[in-house]
Amino acid sequence: MVGSTHFSAWSLLRHAFGGAWPEQWRSPELRDTYDVVIVGAGGHGLATAYYLAAEHGVRNIAVLDKGWLGGGNTGRNTTIIRSNYLWDASAAIYEHSLQLWEGLSQGLNYNVMYSPRGVMMLAHNHHDVQVFRRHVFANRLQGIDNEWLTPEQAKAFCPPLDISPSMRYPVLGAALQRRGGVARHDAVAWGYARAASALGVDIIQNCEVTGVDRGANGSVTGVQTSRGSIRSRKVGVVAAGHTSVLMAMAGVRMPLESFPLQALVSEPVKPVMPCVVMSNTIHAYISQSDKGELVIGAGTDAYTSYSQAGGPHIAAHTLEAICEMFPTLRRLRMLRNWAGIVDCTPDRSPIIGLTPVPGLFVNCGWGTGGFKATPGSGHVFAATIARGEPHPIAAPFSLDRFRTGCLIDEAAAAAVSH
Amino acid sequence: MLLIPCPWCGVRPEIEFRHGGEAHVTRPTDPQLVSDEEWADFLYNRANPKGIHAERWRHVHGCGRFFNCVRDTVTDRIISTYTPGESRPE
Repeated sequence: MVGSTHFSAWSLLRHAFGGAWPEQWRSPELRDTYDVVIVGAGGHGLATAYYLAAEHGVRNIAVLDKGWLGGGNTGRNTTIIRSNYLWDASAAIYEHSLQLWEGLSQGLNYNVMYSPRGVMMLAHNHHDVQVFRRHVFANRLQGIDNEWLTPEQAKAFCPPLDISPSMRYPVLGAALQRRGGVARHDAVAWGYARAASALGVDIIQNCEVTGVDRGANGSVTGVQTSRGSIRSRKVGVVAAGHTSVLMAMAGVRMPLESFPLQALVSEPVKPVMPCVVMSNTIHAYISQSDKGELVIGAGTDAYTSYSQAGGPHIAAHTLEAICEMFPTLRRLRMLRNWAGIVDCTPDRSPIIGLTPVPGLFVNCGWGTGGFKATPGSGHVFAATIARGEPHPIAAPFSLDRFRTGCLIDEAAAAAVSH
Repeated sequence: MLLIPCPWCGVRPEIEFRHGGEAHVTRPTDPQLVSDEEWADFLYNRANPKGIHAERWRHVHGCGRFFNCVRDTVTDRIISTYTPGESRPE
């Protein structure tokens, strides 16, 4: 059966001597009725389908994608994982996710290459120092590891870092989450796709949703797609930058704006960057992939766009910051540069839960930092869809918070996209 | 980088400008009279269209003035710019 190969040292050895690997997920024909339709086969959507099937007994699920699975932001991000957020609601969902990361490869029997090599966030001015120390104290109360480092300790943890006081933006200290790190982004999508498919989930690629059907009482009855109509009483939209477009099909206006977010990788070099380094203030994010490429994240472009391409001055600005912090990298060449379209909310916290349309659920607004949340997001969203009410961890992230005013203001807490 | 035609200064590079969000968002004349839903819609909900979009820009490193712009958010092509108070071109 497709997707039933159990990965182990023995199966790897056996295939080393011949025998093609089977396809890891099925490519089924689209059926006309499902219990749940998930729109978007990125990490979050596939994780949602997997947990619906694995933990809630819902097997009759379709995951639709207008392109190929994992071809959007899942394959475009810089794979940083951490949970040291300020507010309790945020810390709860990102920590829930981090704990799932820790057992994910074993749980899926698929190596997602989660590597807790430490995420170090640099403080460059007095305000940064106060904010990050506040984060450290808040995280201590939440039971989440996060520690304060002096510039010398930061240098010891990450030797290529320049901490000389003559820097334009000197390093005054850093917050370090040792359990933070990176994972292989494609493998996360593939691992969830394989595991979900094995449980009976139909993953339908190249199938664009063009309309949302609603019955006489306003509730969802199905979706129209480029490959025909599908009946379903539950539809979960997990479409990142295209969420506004899909929700408009159901007549729902969203507190979202979609921006290009750029990243780039260097030519591969020998191991030089032992951890993840983030600098919110001068805006650069860097780690090294197992292939040796330095993976660099930039900021968002200024304007809303669906172009999946940003302006070169944004990437150049980030490279200036990287060269300032890591002088040893100044002669490194960049290989590729791309953008994903990220959906940002006004408070820079996600939206997970019910919508004004009965049967229509949404998981969006992860902005510039959604990859780290993939397992936790899928886990709580699956529970929300299965039960028809928000999972306790998802509850604060309701769409309704913009009416009640109970915002989760990580935008102010981080003072930057994060 | 976009090249943006400021209605007063002419075509300038994007780095001279600051994006001002969706254009023609009208503040309710009396906030006390609108429902929470209407107020939230004004504060937070945005059209965010994939396609033709009317938005504001401010020429911060030039004349300093706000103006409106119609742009295709798929190609990032700017279709027209116009001064505040003018209605959105067809």
